[in-house]
Amino acid sequence: MTTVAHTPTEAHHAPMSFWRKYIFSTDHKIIGIQFLFVSLFFLLVGGLLAMQIRWQLGFPGKPLPGGGILPESMVSGGVILPEYYIQLVTMHGTFMVFFAIMPLLVGVYANFLIPLKIGTHDMAFPRINMWSFWLALLAGLIMLAGFFVPDGAPRAGWTMYAPLSARPDLSGATISQKLWSISIVVLGLSSVMGSVNYITTIINHRAPGMHWFRMPLSVWALFITAILAVLALPVLQGAAIMLLFDQTIGTHFFDPGAGGQPLLWQHLFWFFGHPEVYILILPAMGMVSDIIANGSRKPIFGYHSMVFAIIGIAFLGWIVWGHHMFMSGMNPTLGSTFMVSTLLIAVPSAIKVFNWMGTMWRGNLRFHVPMLNAIGFVSMFTIGGLSGIFMAATPVDIPLHDTQFIVAHLHYVLFGGSLFALFAAIPYWYPKMFGRMMSERIGKLHFFLTFIFYNMTFFPMHIIGMGGQMRRIYDPTIYDFLKPQQPLNVFISYSAFALFAVQFLFLFNFLWSLKRGKKAPQNPWEDNGMEWSLPNPAPHGNWDKTPNVYRGPYEFSAPEAGDKDYLPQYLKLPTDRDPVPAPLPAGGH
Amino acid sequence: MRWWLPDAGSTFAGPIDALFLAILIITGIALVVVEVGLVTFVIKYRARPGRKAFYTHGSTRAEVIWTAIPAVTMVALGLISNHYWVLIKDKKSIPPNAYHVGVHGKQFEWQVTYPGPDGKLGTSDDFTVRNQLHVTVNEPVAVELSSEDVIHSLFVPEFRLKQDAVPGMHIIAWFQATKTGEFEIGCAELCGMGHYKMRARVFVHTPDDYKAWVAQQAAGGSE
Amino acid sequence: MQTTTMTDAMRPPVPAEPGAGVYSNKLGMWVFLASDVMFFTALIGSYIVLRFGMGSAWARPGAVLNVPLTGLNTFLLICSSVSMVKAYAAIADGKKYFLRKVPGKTLQDGGLKFWLLVTIICGAGFVGVQVVEYIKLVGHGFTPTGYREGSLLAEHALADPVKYGAGVAGMYGSTFFTMTGFHGFHVTCGVISMLYLYFTKVLPEKYSPQDYRGIEVIGLYWHFVDLVWIILFTIVYLI
Repeated sequence: MTTVAHTPTEAHHAPMSFWRKYIFSTDHKIIGIQFLFVSLFFLLVGGLLAMQIRWQLGFPGKPLPGGGILPESMVSGGVILPEYYIQLVTMHGTFMVFFAIMPLLVGVYANFLIPLKIGTHDMAFPRINMWSFWLALLAGLIMLAGFFVPDGAPRAGWTMYAPLSARPDLSGATISQKLWSISIVVLGLSSVMGSVNYITTIINHRAPGMHWFRMPLSVWALFITAILAVLALPVLQGAAIMLLFDQTIGTHFFDPGAGGQPLLWQHLFWFFGHPEVYILILPAMGMVSDIIANGSRKPIFGYHSMVFAIIGIAFLGWIVWGHHMFMSGMNPTLGSTFMVSTLLIAVPSAIKVFNWMGTMWRGNLRFHVPMLNAIGFVSMFTIGGLSGIFMAATPVDIPLHDTQFIVAHLHYVLFGGSLFALFAAIPYWYPKMFGRMMSERIGKLHFFLTFIFYNMTFFPMHIIGMGGQMRRIYDPTIYDFLKPQQPLNVFISYSAFALFAVQFLFLFNFLWSLKRGKKAPQNPWEDNGMEWSLPNPAPHGNWDKTPNVYRGPYEFSAPEAGDKDYLPQYLKLPTDRDPVPAPLPAGGH
Repeated sequence: MRWWLPDAGSTFAGPIDALFLAILIITGIALVVVEVGLVTFVIKYRARPGRKAFYTHGSTRAEVIWTAIPAVTMVALGLISNHYWVLIKDKKSIPPNAYHVGVHGKQFEWQVTYPGPDGKLGTSDDFTVRNQLHVTVNEPVAVELSSEDVIHSLFVPEFRLKQDAVPGMHIIAWFQATKTGEFEIGCAELCGMGHYKMRARVFVHTPDDYKAWVAQQAAGGSE
Repeated sequence: MQTTTMTDAMRPPVPAEPGAGVYSNKLGMWVFLASDVMFFTALIGSYIVLRFGMGSAWARPGAVLNVPLTGLNTFLLICSSVSMVKAYAAIADGKKYFLRKVPGKTLQDGGLKFWLLVTIICGAGFVGVQVVEYIKLVGHGFTPTGYREGSLLAEHALADPVKYGAGVAGMYGSTFFTMTGFHGFHVTCGVISMLYLYFTKVLPEKYSPQDYRGIEVIGLYWHFVDLVWIILFTIVYLI
């Protein structure tokens, strides 16, 4: 026996205590599930904040139902105060971006899926992985504390533009603004730790036969996302630290009075911020690809193009950040260059949409809940992507910048896109996580109701934005030019309340199925991924013996499959030869 | 109930609205292709007993087509857009005969400084008015934007005018109003608790009315 | 100096596709260093933008900061990188651990225990000198917000505003302390990590020519920290 670091599944673990097994676990699957529960909680928090925003916008001046429980600093006679309103919009964005969508896509699915889908036993650095979760949780709690400290939560928008964010005397947020910076630095550490794991594991730990171009698109997407995260988050950490110093030790990085530059904040923030939004969409696209191929019983159309499109989107994503700053006062020539790169990024996104359609074309479509939500993703993301073209064209951005049109766009890509992808992914891999199926019936009802109310909520926002309603406005009705549109605001608010209510179907389905869901067969979706060769739920260490990979991930309806319309990556056919692994340690397996 | 962009009130609105419409048509076509395609596929290719999916990994020809068409469209859009972008935002595009007005944003109001009877900004006969921007119709106006404290953004929807006012920076935005009347100004960058209250008005006068107004202000007239 | 060959101990213990050709700990450290590059890029990039966006010039090199002392400190850090290389070579070549002088051998033949200790001492020395420098600077009046009122430097700045970059001292201080402070923090983390390895792995002789991953990985980190310093020293102290 060679002296090696650790071996996979041997019972060298004495039976672990509950704490080691489920709480301080280094098992990537448990860590993924921990992220899932915590992130769903923050998603709910974000949703509650949104409901209050919609109440105020739909019914300005009317007391919030249940507002009586909120303190005097937030409501007056139950009516939301302006200073609370801007905390709501700020923290809604902050929680949704950093503590709901990003961890749901990356913290959950990078952790859960990567080792399973590439055929290995765990991540390269399991203990660092565990730390990644606990730091993320810590960051979330620090951020949440902002609501409970004197002077309340940060209120300079999730984008925290300086000097407003750097000057507590001008914003009103004292302690919480500093907590924001600390939370972001901690979250950045968590993200980098996770990404180091994802990247190293994918490069070095693929099972024999899992060539690069046999990896499922979900893994490709998560890999590229991890590279984005590793390079983008530290920039935000740097910016957050400079902001913290401006607020605490009296530096003036962003204060023009002393030579600082407000635009510096914007450049730093968006240099991070734009790759961040691709972090928020690429894993969703990857998982949707897996699910659409499965639902169509066909290989993904244009697999190589899809990989290059992911890489193209990620690469271009580094050079478009200025499109958030067209109105900022930066040199207009710089604006022109950013317009070009931004328009170009529409191209790989379009390629992906056409390839998903190509996958469905002449397929044999099965409309299970994940497939329904995946198709919903394609249709909604298309709207979100197309609406972006309006803003990319700089003259048209002039009337649209900082209006509800932007809010519509970002919700179409983040909710219509990312969240629908999560509504597909969660039931899809639920059996692998928990050994049970979520209810198809409730899932279908949830999908249809969500789809309807979602479009009723967010589509009209394009119109209100065109009409000129600015972002983060406490009361649109004080403007004559906005009064005619107020009926739409009311309509949106009612739709939003319905949309939120419907989500409890999903929550109920998720929680109830944990104990009462139908016990899952080993491969309920008849899928090809490596993970489906394992029992449900997947055991610690995954495989006893490292599996071999015999083909690509999307061999649905392949002729070799015979009667079946799927052909798993792990299935050895008589015509298959075992792959040759890299040189093994002497005396190794 | 408004369903469209605000009524045009400046020379920018024509090109911007036309470009908006063009993009709407292009994206509309793309949207219809995708959504109708999806619905068609959902119906036509649903699983039925005895059917099998068509096993293919893709088509290079299709990839080339649906890469080239969007790419060419985006390049064309970029060229046209940039033409108008330069006309609107480039410093060299500010008409030399533009009437200069200073707009200073602060929490939570707009302070507008007028050049006074001598027509020159920065001289002793300048006067400042709160939350009122008075201009002459059909004449170019150059707004010299500044900020007292945080970033604000001057937004006049009918003029398709928007420009951030950044503390420490002196930014010029120009426009030419095309109809007389009263229009609203909103702040388009979150600037604090009173962001929603930074409402102001633009008054577009005929040349004679404007002269009269200036004279009245210079003589110590009320706001 | 030899290049790393993947010894058996360094390969994954289970069959895998050929990966990067470097073992995972090393790959992971490279990825982490990429993130750290971005962090310093944000700080240094901001410094460049702020400095050259300012109306007037900064203090002349050497007016406020002690360039000769820091130059010596830089040399110390570079020496620690050299000793790190020697430590790595010692174990990779199987050249033993010894600390005490062995008859017939020169210092050049020193082993891992010797050379890593040298590195730790030099690293700690660097941090020590930087702490002393900070204390002196603050004593003279140089703070993250500029020249403290009534301090020695404030007086100097009044007398010779050009040499001392009087109008922009605030930003000078802000950027100086932020960049060098975070660099110092990184050096400190490196020293602590090396100490940890020293006591848990090096002294008990747990490394061997078959498996010296920790040494190589901390060595990579250390060289990175040194490289960042050379850049910082140039743009902060010399220009």
